[in-house]
Amino acid sequence: MARTWWKNPVAVVVTALMLFPLYWMLNVSFTRRESIRGGDLLPVDFTLDHYAVVLRDQLPYLGTSLVIGAGTVVLTLAIAAPASFALARMAVPGRRVLGFALIVAQMVPAVVMSLGLYSIYNTVGLLDTLPGLILADSTIAVPFAVLLLTAFMSGIPRELLQAAQIDGASHWRTFRSIVLPVSRNAIITSALFAFLWAWSDFIFASTLNREGGLLRPITMGIYNYIGAQNQEWGPMMATAVVASIPAAVLLVVAQKYVAAGVTAGAVKN
Amino acid sequence: MTTLTTRTAAPTTQERATSKPRRHGARWAAVAFVAPLVIYLLLFYAYPLAQNLSMSLHRFDRGTFINGGAPFVGTEIYQDVVEHPRFWTIVRQTTVFTAASLVFQYLIGLALAVFFHRGGFRLAAPLRAMFLVPWLLPIIVSGTTWQWMMNPDDGILNSFIGLFGADPVWWLSADNALMSVAIANIWLGIPFNLVILYSGLQGIPKELYEAASMDGATPWQQFWRITLPMLRPVSLITLLLGLVYTLKVVDIIWIMTLGTGTSQTLATWAYGMSVGKGASAIIRYSEASAVGTILLLAALAFGLIYIAAQRKQED
Repeated sequence: MARTWWKNPVAVVVTALMLFPLYWMLNVSFTRRESIRGGDLLPVDFTLDHYAVVLRDQLPYLGTSLVIGAGTVVLTLAIAAPASFALARMAVPGRRVLGFALIVAQMVPAVVMSLGLYSIYNTVGLLDTLPGLILADSTIAVPFAVLLLTAFMSGIPRELLQAAQIDGASHWRTFRSIVLPVSRNAIITSALFAFLWAWSDFIFASTLNREGGLLRPITMGIYNYIGAQNQEWGPMMATAVVASIPAAVLLVVAQKYVAAGVTAGAVKN
Repeated sequence: MTTLTTRTAAPTTQERATSKPRRHGARWAAVAFVAPLVIYLLLFYAYPLAQNLSMSLHRFDRGTFINGGAPFVGTEIYQDVVEHPRFWTIVRQTTVFTAASLVFQYLIGLALAVFFHRGGFRLAAPLRAMFLVPWLLPIIVSGTTWQWMMNPDDGILNSFIGLFGADPVWWLSADNALMSVAIANIWLGIPFNLVILYSGLQGIPKELYEAASMDGATPWQQFWRITLPMLRPVSLITLLLGLVYTLKVVDIIWIMTLGTGTSQTLATWAYGMSVGKGASAIIRYSEASAVGTILLLAALAFGLIYIAAQRKQED
């Protein structure tokens, strides 16, 4: 198709409009408190003070979020990967029911989950704990991961698995030394989304971990600012910028996995 | 390579010899592999759902929640909820919020997908990737940013419309809240629509367009006669997924307005009652669970249509 001169500038303007809120967040985070309300288009009255506040106040929340994200990834994969192998390559009794349950699970509103989990956690003592939040956050990722991994593992060449079985490898060994390495890409995609969702979670953190103190994730660090009497926009936007770093890093480092994950959930499985 | 072919040829005889005990063992192995998932789904999906349902059938308050002994009241709480003076207002607001979000997300997403798909410019790929950013960010980040941009006194939106002589808008006031949270939610949903519709466009055979342009069809005609009809299954799935997601969304609304005024939806109503903030200052577990169950049924109804649509697409 012929290159059209006007398309590049139009595309740049449209993208800039779309990303303007993010620029605005950065702009405010670098502007001195007194000048934020002035609304300059550039951080003319430049400062790093807000980031100093983030370093002082938000580090524990950021650490907690990392632990929760990592825990959610490990738990999600530990449950999803073996099950996906079985669903893709073995005769699992009741597989259709299970597949249906996984799709339906993704449609359950988070409010309903958080209410049910709150009442359960209240009796078993998991409220305001990290394991409790990791378990809750994994519910967002497990159905997605199983569907994605099953779809991928169904595509592994038959010969590869048969060869292992002839050599006398057990199912577990076949899974560990052949299926897992071959499914690397799909595993990375699932892990990436499990981490992002756990990192971004607001509803579970604000209900199941309300009184968790410093053992609360960074989303609650930002939420603290919203409740405050005099909303401090500078530190709040600086925290928001820091909380966006994982998403930005993943987009740069793992862009193809991100795009694969978005479509996998909807069209291909 | 040769070793591989001899190995794949081998199984038929060997499989026959060991077929019975192996198939039996394989069945147990399969069960062992899925068992953690099944137990997990029962504990962390079925059990909370049952608990939610049970809470909507017993009259809980803060005291009975901790000490037990909430009386069974049947469907009384559902009646209370439906007869709540604001119930139908909230249903209407949920409908408007969902419909407005879907229509604009889809139209803007489709326009962008077609624009990027036609390509013909160097920056298409990197810019398309940039569009994913809003979708990947924690919603609390986007929510707080929009809240600041919509600040009535110093927000950039009011400064911008002020340039054209317009009066400042109280974006987050009770009356305008619905429109404002819908704007933010549309912004959030555009990346998803763009990516899915773009992948749908890639699935349309190029020959169709070539044949059409040889017959002298204009780009506009090609869009209406080829792109839209061919995109129908993907469009349906995008809209249904968006519908289920939008029905149950809480965080973007809650962070911007605490679900007050016209921005109160079924989901934020339930959430507000479960934490005792926003429009409901008291914690009402039973009412929250009942509204949650109603929401769940609505989401499932559309979810089943989605599953049916997806099955049909696969055939």
